[in-house]
Amino acid sequence: MTDRGKDRFTKKVYARPKSLVDVKSHFCPGCHHGIAHRILAETIDHFGLREQTVGVACVGCAVFLYDYIDVDVAEAPHGRAPAVATGVKRAQPDKFVFTYQGDGDLAAIGTSEVIHAANRGENITVLFVNNTTYGMTGGQMAPTTMLGQKTSTSPYGRDFRKDGYPIKMAELLATLEGTAYSARVATSTPAQIRKAKEAVKKAFEMQIKEMGFSIVEFLSTCPTNWGMKPLDAQKRVLGEMSEYFPLGVYKERKQADFL
Amino acid sequence: MNVAARVEQRVFMKGNEAICVGAIAAGCRFYYGYPITPQNDIPEYMSAHLPTIGGTFLQAESEVATINFILGTSASGKRVMTSSSGPGISLMQEGLSYMAGSELPAVVVNISRSGPGLGGIAPSQGDYFQAVKCGGHGGYRMPVLAPHSVQEMYSLAMLAFDLADKYRNPAMILGDAIVGQMKEPFTQTPYVPTVSQEKPWALTGCAGRPRQHVKSLYLKDNAIEVHNWKLHRKYLKMQEEEVRYEDYHLDGAKIAVVAFGTAARVSKTAIQWARREGIAAGMLRPITLFPFPGAQLEEIAKRVDVLLVIEMNTGQMLEDVKASTTFHDKIRFLGKPCAMPTPEEIHGELRKLAGRGR
Amino acid sequence: MQEAAKKGAAAAPKGRIEIDFERCKACELCVPACPKNCIEMGRRINAGGFAAAVFARPEDCTGCAICAESCPDVCIEVWR
Repeated sequence: MTDRGKDRFTKKVYARPKSLVDVKSHFCPGCHHGIAHRILAETIDHFGLREQTVGVACVGCAVFLYDYIDVDVAEAPHGRAPAVATGVKRAQPDKFVFTYQGDGDLAAIGTSEVIHAANRGENITVLFVNNTTYGMTGGQMAPTTMLGQKTSTSPYGRDFRKDGYPIKMAELLATLEGTAYSARVATSTPAQIRKAKEAVKKAFEMQIKEMGFSIVEFLSTCPTNWGMKPLDAQKRVLGEMSEYFPLGVYKERKQADFL
Repeated sequence: MNVAARVEQRVFMKGNEAICVGAIAAGCRFYYGYPITPQNDIPEYMSAHLPTIGGTFLQAESEVATINFILGTSASGKRVMTSSSGPGISLMQEGLSYMAGSELPAVVVNISRSGPGLGGIAPSQGDYFQAVKCGGHGGYRMPVLAPHSVQEMYSLAMLAFDLADKYRNPAMILGDAIVGQMKEPFTQTPYVPTVSQEKPWALTGCAGRPRQHVKSLYLKDNAIEVHNWKLHRKYLKMQEEEVRYEDYHLDGAKIAVVAFGTAARVSKTAIQWARREGIAAGMLRPITLFPFPGAQLEEIAKRVDVLLVIEMNTGQMLEDVKASTTFHDKIRFLGKPCAMPTPEEIHGELRKLAGRGR
Repeated sequence: MQEAAKKGAAAAPKGRIEIDFERCKACELCVPACPKNCIEMGRRINAGGFAAAVFARPEDCTGCAICAESCPDVCIEVWR
């Protein structure tokens, strides 16, 4: 690496966030988990929460959260992260508590736990990464898999008559009284990444101000299991995925008025 | 000075409530649960009392959620308890396996009912296998305590917290509807901690220290094998240090009843009747079902003519008895899968074994 | 090439990036992210087996950091 650049341009305007451990990730090339991790670490740094945070990792590609985010982390059974986070938050209300979950984890096996955590207004923050497949186990059909999408367990494409429809969690959770904030973001363009960061900040603020349950759903990519190049995977997010899973803020509580 | 510490209070209570009093005395301030008969007195007591002493009661949406609330609070370094009954304990098996793998302490009470399936709410000891062999995946163990009186519901609740902390492992209290619903006086002995409650491994935010994790996933070469042997050494230590049992008139006994919990309680009456008639009957009552008092059982088996195993199931502890002794020809079994055996039934069996007519 | 040289001569670069050669997984997400087309995929293969991205046209860099924000592997640092 050349040092010439550093000599001429002395102000570092972009570097790895402090809360992101300086290691190479295990994620596949182009996987957006890395972007979501970075946004999470940047937001922890922004609010100065690194030493007051307890994270809860899910089962799936995101389980190695504890290798990357420099905070205390508990590992939850598949889908149970919001329940584990509930136990942590009730025991330590002064700590910042978040879960980081994939779509198989949150939207299939963990629907009960996330719905009831939201409905209780559990003062936790959920980062939900939706890539329409079970990535770690080899690209099986998820509850979020798009109609017609071929996966290793829907080799003829998802058929609504057999498998039902892709589940829209951000909308569903926004209907619950205990939810303070629910948004869906994507990270496939620089502008989307900036918006995603704003959403995560908002979700953090909800917990800091004790407003209740907050969730940010990320439309993510899985180039490996989709059988696409990373740039084509991003185009899929911008196209059919964003059409079915519209981006936006579905609920934002303005003040802590629990009815 | 604390009144409870000065005077050993005599109180009259249900077994299920006595567990709560013991848990609170041991410093438990967190209870999570889900309704199921016949243990509802426990969440009801905790929901009324914990908020008044700065504790937290939370009713979960399921036993699956419950055990994971427990996991989170335990990972935070707090003493925490749940209770349920057979079907609910089944739903907790996943979480119990994770907690054993992650080395997290907690107390889980099973006021069991008769099964399988929805079964019935009659008292039963059909969950012996599930408790003692551990129903979750992967191979783990936990201390299992079997109270046979309201006094023990109280004192074993306190012990369960100490054992859980000592081994960083879930501990179970296995009761049934009789010891749970029965009311009798007990002495509220003060809680005397036998272990340190320092938990430097707890997830409390990484202020002033490196980040730490509570986890059970070990993917690196050989790591899970190393972890499994470490856990195994803990289970061996439990077997060396935690065997608890009651020797009830075993000195000179020719018939040794082997029974736990409610079955043992009823057996005591029958043994008293038999002894009045000159029948040399006694009882080995395991208080810890894991670790099982196998060595003690083998010693007794050498001396007696008959080992009468009595259980409120079709023979589960019976397998541990058989595994503990070579004197299989001395073993007899009396089983009542979905009901409490009466003192008359047991007395009749003792008379028969002693060669007396009815 | 001539055009690029002319542009570079007209306006001096306002910033500079460094791409961590070993961390790059060659996903290419940074290439279209750069508004000035400063990044290209390289030919040298790193230890991970990836032909890492390279800072091909430093003369146009404005130090906007959009490439860094788009990189899932956080292997771009930016100076201004």
